[in-house]
Amino acid sequence: MAAYLARRIVQAVLILLGVTFVTFVLLYLLPADPARQIAGRSATAATVQSIRQQLGLDLPLWQQYLRYLGNLVQGDMGRSYIQRTGVAPLVWSRLPATLLLMAGAIVCELVIGLGAGILAAVRRGKPADTTVMVASFLGVSAPQFVVGILLLYVFAVRLQWFPIGGYGTFAHLVLPALTLGILGGGWYSRMTRSSMVDVLRQDYIRTARAKGAGERRVVYIHALRNAVLPLIAMIGLDIGIFMSGAVVVESVFGWPGIGQLTWQAIQQVDIPVIMGVTLTAAVFIVLGNLLADLIAPLADPRIKLR
Amino acid sequence: MLDGVGFTLDVGAVVGLVGESGCGKSVTAMSVMRLLPSPPSRVDRGGIRFDGTDLLSLDEHAMRDMRGNRIGMIFQEPMTSLNPTFTVGWQIDEALRLHTNLGRNERHERCLELMKLVGIGAAERRLKQYPHELSGGLRQRVMIAMALACEPRLLVADEPTTALDVTIQAQILALLSDLRDRLGMAILLITHDLGVVAEYCDHVVVMYAGRVVEKAPVRPLFANPRHPYTAGLLASIPKLDGERGVLPTIPGMVPNPGNRPPGCPFADRCPNVLPRCRVEMPPLAGGADGHAFACWNPVS
Repeated sequence: MAAYLARRIVQAVLILLGVTFVTFVLLYLLPADPARQIAGRSATAATVQSIRQQLGLDLPLWQQYLRYLGNLVQGDMGRSYIQRTGVAPLVWSRLPATLLLMAGAIVCELVIGLGAGILAAVRRGKPADTTVMVASFLGVSAPQFVVGILLLYVFAVRLQWFPIGGYGTFAHLVLPALTLGILGGGWYSRMTRSSMVDVLRQDYIRTARAKGAGERRVVYIHALRNAVLPLIAMIGLDIGIFMSGAVVVESVFGWPGIGQLTWQAIQQVDIPVIMGVTLTAAVFIVLGNLLADLIAPLADPRIKLR
Repeated sequence: MLDGVGFTLDVGAVVGLVGESGCGKSVTAMSVMRLLPSPPSRVDRGGIRFDGTDLLSLDEHAMRDMRGNRIGMIFQEPMTSLNPTFTVGWQIDEALRLHTNLGRNERHERCLELMKLVGIGAAERRLKQYPHELSGGLRQRVMIAMALACEPRLLVADEPTTALDVTIQAQILALLSDLRDRLGMAILLITHDLGVVAEYCDHVVVMYAGRVVEKAPVRPLFANPRHPYTAGLLASIPKLDGERGVLPTIPGMVPNPGNRPPGCPFADRCPNVLPRCRVEMPPLAGGADGHAFACWNPVS
């Protein structure tokens, strides 16, 4: 176990190193001049040049990259060109909102996905199954902003059950989390259905029935435990995906998460911030996967970590 | 598609249900347990009597009280018949939780007792293991322990040894036979292995294409088979003391039970076939000795 963890951590560091390198090179190739951006339109060439020297932007690429890495290991992710603050505190300040939305979205996805998927599998070929499959197809293919705006219109504007946007209370969380949950739930319900249909055909399900277990017990205890195994990896991936920010949903609902930060940074070509959010997302993707791999053996005793 | 499958199991008897693949043996077993998915399966006529109750008339709830309690069942594939995500102990214990009011400690005692009964050593440790940690033979023993947890009156064993290697087969069958003697339950043993039938069964029911074609106590059937199909099955067993040569086989295929010809389903493959066989199905008839067969022109 310790050896396994050590290997996974080394792997993770290498992956993250690769991510910083690729992002750094790509951003360096952008036809933008950060020094000019910082100095402003009216600044003289001399001022721009001095800023360039100050930030080390005149150095060759590899020296800039090593400097960035050197700062990074000391916990310094650089400073935003636009906001004049450190990138680390900037990302840090957005983290609670992002984590909250992620948790809400995953809960909604699982409730919608598992519920609909199980229903469809148990009622295979019946109207309930067809309904779930059509609905999940809509959920999978509908754009985020359409679902978001629709929910906003119905539940915030018409019914006024929830606030129109913003952040702070549980009521603020419901609609954005539900939007992401409906979309992700489409995927989860399809996965759950196919996995459940497969499990319900297994010999051990027949054994459970022969033992006198009722239908509910067969489905929710004997089958479900086996059917959720493929979903665990999916949840791990989702942790990473939501951490990189639900850009569209955050914009629709005015949610102050990493998604909005990313969006602003890209628009303003704020290179250190783009680097920072990319790296943060990469960290969470790696962590999400590791978490899924660590949880899998708890659900399936046949999996051994080696 | 079963038709006129009728047989009786006495208390403490082992009845062998034989026939080739696809003749309806497993369907018969699953019908007794009422475990066939419905639709498409349905029972048009007939009844399944167990201890004076017609199982077909029970509602689902009452039937659940039968399964795993009064009637136990074990299957062909011990490798896949146990749930891979629960411990062996949990799965045996579940049968007790479903059908008894025993407390946790009593159930644990009973599980240990059952493990001992089916001949599994180091029971305390085994109970905590998962199915993938056990061999096929041990898994089948676990299945038996589970089926016997509530001391059923009838054990339906659907080819319990087909997937196991020969020495393990013999152990499992000896165990079943021994448990029958000790617990006094009846066993319906489904198999295509006539050697197993000769050794472990009291009565034999031979099925062909969804019908019973012959039934008899073991000795008369082996000594004096009347239905040509049974005779053909017996002729295709290799004999240790016999001359060497090509084993006889029964030519042809079993007709699809869903699309049976009007007469005897065996007519096309039968060496004794008469014109009558192709138009009229012979009824299952026999003498007082319990030997019955369905044939117009039996082997003498």
